[in-house]
Amino acid sequence: MTFVPTGRHLLRAKDLADARYFEPLDVDDLARAAGLSRAHFSREFRRAFGESPHAYLLTRRLERAAALLRTTDRSVADICFSVGLQSLGSFTTSFTRTFGVSPTAYRAEFPPASNWARVPACVVRVYGRPQRSTFREDNGGGQN
Amino acid sequence: MIKLSTAQLWVNDQDEALEFYTKKLGMEVRSDVTMAELGNFRWLTVGPPGQPDISIVLMAVPGPPVMDADTAEQVKSLMAKGFAGTVFFTTDDVYADYEALKSRGVEFSEAPEERPYGVDSGFRDPSGNSFRLTQVTELSGV
Repeated sequence: MTFVPTGRHLLRAKDLADARYFEPLDVDDLARAAGLSRAHFSREFRRAFGESPHAYLLTRRLERAAALLRTTDRSVADICFSVGLQSLGSFTTSFTRTFGVSPTAYRAEFPPASNWARVPACVVRVYGRPQRSTFREDNGGGQN
Repeated sequence: MIKLSTAQLWVNDQDEALEFYTKKLGMEVRSDVTMAELGNFRWLTVGPPGQPDISIVLMAVPGPPVMDADTAEQVKSLMAKGFAGTVFFTTDDVYADYEALKSRGVEFSEAPEERPYGVDSGFRDPSGNSFRLTQVTELSGV
């Protein structure tokens, strides 16, 4: 059996965030998917991918929320819960800090015609992910 | 006329890859030749049953002198982290294929979701290579 690089286990955790972001997943679930202790996992994930697993999961959710704001007429609250976030208040705060505008204002910036660019979902997912800024959730509380 | 014939993917383990591509993805082996005169280099290619003129080379990451050890480590690391490239497949029934592949243990990074161009999903091979599986519903204007 060939040696499997650690990165492959970390990728499994990253894929879990991408695949099941809409469930109430947290960093513990991601660490379990990688088969590593939480502290070790967070350190290794950051080393491999340049950001904390918490930030990766949150930006996946925010990227999906932004896409749903652009391409559907679903309510902000509905979108918040459907990307796996539990609190509308922290969703609005995280979204606004990340995109510089509130979810409602963000939606207003995009005319419906822009929905139809035929770009593959994997491209939207990767290039639509917001740049990681400093998330308050990253500090303290062992969140990352 | 130039035609696409063969594309190459790095894999972590050719036996593991062969098992995955044939038993899980349902591809055919196009060639599996080990050449003693080339240091036991193994030319392993697979392809989809309906497309005999297209194949994928499942290439082991070589050691020195073909590739220096540092570069080989970098290639393996990129592959394991999922950044070594993507192959795009299409299908006429993505939901059925998704269920079938999942039941054979294929790891999906995205379940089928509706997009403006069709229904799209994503999975990986054991090495970490990325694949899209898409049921294209609209081709006009692409």
